[in-house]
Amino acid sequence: MSGFRLYWRLIGASIRAQMQYRASFWMHSVAHLVDTGLEFLAIWALFARFRQVLGWTLPEVAFFYGTINIAFSIADAFNRGFDLFGQKVRSGDFDLILIRPRSTALQIAAQELRLMRVGRLSQSCVVFGWASWKLNVLWSPEWCLLLLWTLLGTVALFYALFVLQATLAFWTTETLEVVNAVTYGGVEAGQYPIALYRPWLREFLTYGVPIACVNYYPILALLGKPDPLGAPLWVGWLSPLAGMAFLGVALFAWELGVRHYRSTGS
Amino acid sequence: MKAYWSVFRARFTVQLQYRAAAAAGLVTQAFWGLLRVMVLEAFYRSAEAVPPLSLPEAITYTWLGQCLFRLIFLSPDPEVREMMRAGTVAYEMARPVDLYAFWLSRALADRIVPTVLRAVPMAVLATVFFGMQFPPSLGALGAWALALVGALFLSAAISVLLTVSLLWTIAGEGITRLVPAVALFLSGLYIPLPLFPEWCQPVFDLLPFRGLGDLPFRLYTGHLPPEAVFSVILRQWVWIGVFVLLGRSALRQGMRRLVVQGG
Repeated sequence: MSGFRLYWRLIGASIRAQMQYRASFWMHSVAHLVDTGLEFLAIWALFARFRQVLGWTLPEVAFFYGTINIAFSIADAFNRGFDLFGQKVRSGDFDLILIRPRSTALQIAAQELRLMRVGRLSQSCVVFGWASWKLNVLWSPEWCLLLLWTLLGTVALFYALFVLQATLAFWTTETLEVVNAVTYGGVEAGQYPIALYRPWLREFLTYGVPIACVNYYPILALLGKPDPLGAPLWVGWLSPLAGMAFLGVALFAWELGVRHYRSTGS
Repeated sequence: MKAYWSVFRARFTVQLQYRAAAAAGLVTQAFWGLLRVMVLEAFYRSAEAVPPLSLPEAITYTWLGQCLFRLIFLSPDPEVREMMRAGTVAYEMARPVDLYAFWLSRALADRIVPTVLRAVPMAVLATVFFGMQFPPSLGALGAWALALVGALFLSAAISVLLTVSLLWTIAGEGITRLVPAVALFLSGLYIPLPLFPEWCQPVFDLLPFRGLGDLPFRLYTGHLPPEAVFSVILRQWVWIGVFVLLGRSALRQGMRRLVVQGG
């Protein structure tokens, strides 16, 4: 069986397992929906008070909010295995994975698909839909292509951050919460155009953890809005590559981590 | 009284073990706060009318929220929750103490330590580097301190009610996720409440959550005069009374119908 098919078979098993607890699934999903809905309500409240922010309107910011949250909820749904990885290192359960004749990253990734993230996903889809309607975007084939490319880059970037967070556990034997500042903090930051932030943060979000590359620049191109910071529009077509590159680096770091691993066992 | 003091002290010591988690939390919290502050700054730069809260007040308000996050966070006691799942909650019933007061003491300790560990370094950092301001007068500081005690008890009283509610829902996944998020929002931790549209204000006034964050914060920044502390405290303690009564009667009912599973 190819790795790809194996992955989906394991994910399918995880979905069936979760559907055994339907009530729990729905409650979690609704909780997630409200959770992220509140964040959008906060954005709305600021616009109700101030009407615009440095020339950006509510539908524009909603477009940012929608795209980054759609991508994050997808990445997060597939992240359960890496999320709980510290546990596996501490208990020595990672040994079990090492003796199976399949890639370690694949086995960890296929551990579980968190269906309840559908709450966040549907909420951000609604916001995205509203924003696109308000902004009269023209759904041309190349526009859709760029949108897909943007989302792909963002999912890859967040997934890369999750993999890196888990990789650190090879050395620290626990999942480092500090990384949450760039994952959850990253989504939070990506909900607004980076033009709002101070220069040091803008640079960090472009060259450090390249959230602006998968979010700000391509969205400018999608909205056909000239960059107040002066970057040409074609940058948005190239920059989502940074997300893919980041994922490549993360998987490479993962392989190094696997080689470094000495069972803790007990 | 001694029993309640002992459980308070024991929880206090347990919570002190989590210093590394507190340090990690500090970094996350600081990053989060900076983001919020930068967004507020951008909005204030675009303001067409004078907002009901000045920018320095809004910034200080935001940092207070980051500092006191753990005090405001409503959550059922995770250990009691485990006990309910495992059935060992029966031991809790066997104790020769008033169970409600016992759980309330735990809730208080579980709030104070994480808050102190987090709030003090965060406040120093925010005041030195990130534009958090001192209260304008000693009166404002005193008023804030009094209101903070009310906020602590209010948070603990609501949290115990959440813990008790687990007697009915057991897993309690919906409530334990929803209530904290909604309460944080309604206490002003997402956006300072005075910045919301005017028609929202009476709604916030009717709810207990304002007393957790918004009112104490505004006493600190001087947005509310120190004299306002009396009405703030009155509001807080009326709500505390309501939640204690609710918690007590719910606990009594819950214990009567409790069936411990398994063996």
